[in-house]
Amino acid sequence: MSPTPLDELFEAAAAGNRRAMGKLLTMVEQPGGAASEVSERAHRQAGHARVIGITGAPGAGKSTITGRLAAASGAERPAVLAIDPSSPLTGGAVLGDRVRMDNHIGSSSFIRSMATRGHAGGLAVAVPDAVRVLDAVGCDPVLVETAGVGQVEVSIAAAADTTMVVVTPGWGDAVQANKAGLLEVADVFAVNKADRPDARGARRDLELMLDLGPEGDWRPPVVLTIATENEGIEALWVEIERHTAHLRESGALGRRRGLRLRNEVVDRIELGLRGRVLQIIDSEAGSKALGRVERREVSPGSAAEALLASSNPQHPEES
Amino acid sequence: MSGISSCPAPAHPHEAPIRVVLAKLGLDGHDRGLKVVARTLRDAGIEVIYLGLRQTTDSIVAACEQEDADVIGLSMHNAGHLTLAPRMVKAARDAALDVPVVIGGIVPAEDVATLISAGVAAVLGPGASAAQVVSTVKAAALQAAGR
Ligand code: B12
Ligand SMILES: Nc1nc2c(ncn2[C@@H]2O[C@H](COP(=O)(O)OP(=O)(O)OP(=O)(O)O)[C@@H](O)[C@H]2O)c(=O)[nH]1
Ligand SMILES: [Mg+2]
Repeated sequence: MSPTPLDELFEAAAAGNRRAMGKLLTMVEQPGGAASEVSERAHRQAGHARVIGITGAPGAGKSTITGRLAAASGAERPAVLAIDPSSPLTGGAVLGDRVRMDNHIGSSSFIRSMATRGHAGGLAVAVPDAVRVLDAVGCDPVLVETAGVGQVEVSIAAAADTTMVVVTPGWGDAVQANKAGLLEVADVFAVNKADRPDARGARRDLELMLDLGPEGDWRPPVVLTIATENEGIEALWVEIERHTAHLRESGALGRRRGLRLRNEVVDRIELGLRGRVLQIIDSEAGSKALGRVERREVSPGSAAEALLASSNPQHPEES
Repeated sequence: MSGISSCPAPAHPHEAPIRVVLAKLGLDGHDRGLKVVARTLRDAGIEVIYLGLRQTTDSIVAACEQEDADVIGLSMHNAGHLTLAPRMVKAARDAALDVPVVIGGIVPAEDVATLISAGVAAVLGPGASAAQVVSTVKAAALQAAGR
């Protein structure tokens, strides 16, 4: 049997061909088409790369740090997935992460910019598959930079082995530090722009928050960095490696990855069910129920419950 | 790989957006126009990979490969277009990249034909409207996809 075009692409990508890698990533970004075939094949070969998430507020220095880290890792084939937001109005995007990395990242690195394409949480829908492709063709580590996020966008933590949160001096105080959300999912903290006043204060606030937190077997380290000067980057990489080792030794790595795959299957089921949901609401029973909701005879919640109960194949309607 | 690169072009918004790499070559520091163009293309639903100033033909080729770009957009204001633009076209061809090169900035009218015959897909100048910028880039992407 002669090799298919997809065989050839994977083979070239595994040999380090950038263009083949670029094509495969485009394929997983585009639903339908060859996306599922690429994903299927990548999945069987993946599972080796360390996946590091880099997140934080807009402009905190995520891209600059990510580029420096890729170089500091000393890895043969590091890869970066850099996510920036799509315009909710037009779907267009200006992807500006690459320009912050290119100059110092080294020519062995691979960088791909991705737009969120309507996905919330600071990632794009295709991120898990894109990571899978990079992993499968031999990249390691895979660094995933999220779009700039606020306090609640934590989906990166479910997509990475190690999550690094980048903050800057003056980002908040001890009250912000104790709010729920982003800071809770950090495995490693970088206080970047440490050339600015009160970087130590920022570190102190984080340490205080960590003091109050639950006693675990991993206390997230806090590293001061000046990414533009490449300062603190080695130390940051050491902490990331230490976390990787911790995950391996404690068995948490397997659990995290298992959970990650579970979440992905759940997401896919949800996506698939959406079609069924529309079927229900567009059915006769659906429009009847909707009418009753509009006439304020039943609440949206009870109408949904009744529709769900009557459409569940395991419990067919009695009438 | 031929089966892949001949994928049909995105024809309507539910398909993949066009991806454009925008850059300036060498020491030319006029990046205002490039920023305007980036915003204009974004507002037309295009994904712009913004490389900005001080790029080389090599760095642009590398970005195009990794980003799987559909179009290279260069902005030129330092009178170097007659050497630099053909050099970009050649660098892309040498890398077996079938990516059209579109140019804007300061290009005297009498140079346009020379550039086109050197393989540049289109040339725009000062005062180009947003609609012109968008349609030029889209046309270049479509034409390349049809090849
Ligand atoms: C603003 C400006 C500057 C600013 C630049 C600020 C910046 N960050 O961009 C400053 C003051 C720094 C500057 C410096 C210089 N400048 Co100056 N500058 C200009 C000026 C007045 C306007 C350029 C501009 O921003 N236009 C507005 C933008 C929106 O228009 P645009 O770039 O043309 O872009 C439009 C189209 O061309 C097109 N387009 C542009 N790029 C692209 C790309 C793609 C893909 C597409 C599809 C379309 C497209 O779409 C845009 C929207 O319509 C022009 C004169 C002029 N009338 O153009 C001189 C001009 C470009 N400068 C000139 C010169 C000589 C210089 C200096 C060498 C002067 C000096 N001796 O110091 C320095 C060089 C600096 C450097 N390192 O390169 C000359 C260039 C001569 C030439 N090419 O033959 C010009 C033409 C002035 C002149 N008539 O002599 N300059
Ligand atoms: N003073 C100082 N500036 C920095 C430092 N690190 C990054 N910057 C600058 O901060 C700005 C933003 O840096 P980026 O790396 O693009 O930040 P980002 O978090 O990736 O930004 P988004 O992706 O847009 O959210 C740039 O101008 C950087 O040069 C630092 O350590 N000190
Ligand atoms: Mg960034």
